[in-house]
Amino acid sequence: MEKGDLIRAEEFCNHYHVEYGFISELHSSGLIEITTIEETGYIPQSQLPELEKLTRLRYDLDINLEGIEAIAHLLNRNKSLQETIHGLEEKLKLYETLYGV
Amino acid sequence: MAFIDYYSVLGVSKTATTEDIKKAYRKLARQYHPDLNPNDKQAHSRFQQINEANEVLSDPEKRKKYDQYGKDWQHAEQFEKAGQSSTGGFGQGGQGFGGQAWSGDFSGAMNEEGFSEFFESLFGRTGSRSKRNVKFRGEDYNAELHLNLVDAFTTHQQTLTVNGKNIRITIPAGVQNGQVIRLKGHGGPGVNGGQNGDLYITFIILDHAHFKRMGDDLYTTVELDLYTALLGGEVTLDTLSGKIKLKVQPETQSGSKTRLKDKGFPMYKKENEKGDLYVTFNVKIPTHLTEQQKELFRELQKLSS
Repeated sequence: MEKGDLIRAEEFCNHYHVEYGFISELHSSGLIEITTIEETGYIPQSQLPELEKLTRLRYDLDINLEGIEAIAHLLNRNKSLQETIHGLEEKLKLYETLYGV
Repeated sequence: MAFIDYYSVLGVSKTATTEDIKKAYRKLARQYHPDLNPNDKQAHSRFQQINEANEVLSDPEKRKKYDQYGKDWQHAEQFEKAGQSSTGGFGQGGQGFGGQAWSGDFSGAMNEEGFSEFFESLFGRTGSRSKRNVKFRGEDYNAELHLNLVDAFTTHQQTLTVNGKNIRITIPAGVQNGQVIRLKGHGGPGVNGGQNGDLYITFIILDHAHFKRMGDDLYTTVELDLYTALLGGEVTLDTLSGKIKLKVQPETQSGSKTRLKDKGFPMYKKENEKGDLYVTFNVKIPTHLTEQQKELFRELQKLSS
């Protein structure tokens, strides 16, 4: 990954007024990636939407880390189920067209 | 524009304490927060209602004004003026709720900060959150972009108009039906200097008359005349990337399939990689046979039996 795709974790914390400890805990729980280069933590840009969402859960809704972990897990499961449903719908549509059902 | 009963929105009584309101708000916000209900417009709108109710009831001054004017909120300004110019005008007990039940109606338009017209009328545009000066992130917008299959086949640019602003976006080839992309900062404006929300675009890929897409693979049907199906030959096939010649094996059965590797749909953000094209052969039985043709088929029938 190039450094241009990374955002300094401290910069994120300053911008969103969150403690570094919070994103460090998210990293420890495996909810986000942090890349360390020369002892400085960086967040991949692709992780930003997820990190922003988790930050909102923590600070807007006052949900603790355990709650965030549970929610993140359920949201991922929900997303994967939605994708499965979507795939099955597409498949069904294809069969209906091919076989004139 | 109807009166909105903020107490019933939060499910609290009119005598609820600040702590009760805070608890009720937090409980409902956790239930309806857009991050917890992705792509659920109803939850999103309910969340706005809850926010607005909390905005009023958690602020002692706003709550007082709201309680004081109740259903006469439309005349709040006049009452205030009257109250200032004469003693004994509208007291606390004069225009309160008096135990009446009003139904909340949020069906009216919301302003760009997500507040109803009712809220705006009572507290003004600047009335929102100015006291606490808390920064709020703007609302996320969701939009659908309809593309036909041919458009989605190639990387191209499109200009979208969002809130009067033109945004030029590049749509990579291979975008999937239902795929969502995020355009950061193109959602609703933030409040009190909060950052703008994001714009989420969901791509809807329209059906094509001759090709069906499943993932990165394409499916199509080719009609074969009986003689080519029996003896083999070549047919020209129109694909999304141009015409190709397709070899037909002798004795090809109707309904049989052939796979054309790398002739399917481009893979999203994978340059020069494509799925496969599956062709189903549909053998057409000739009609309006001449007497001579019929005779020859009878000969064939005799040979086969």
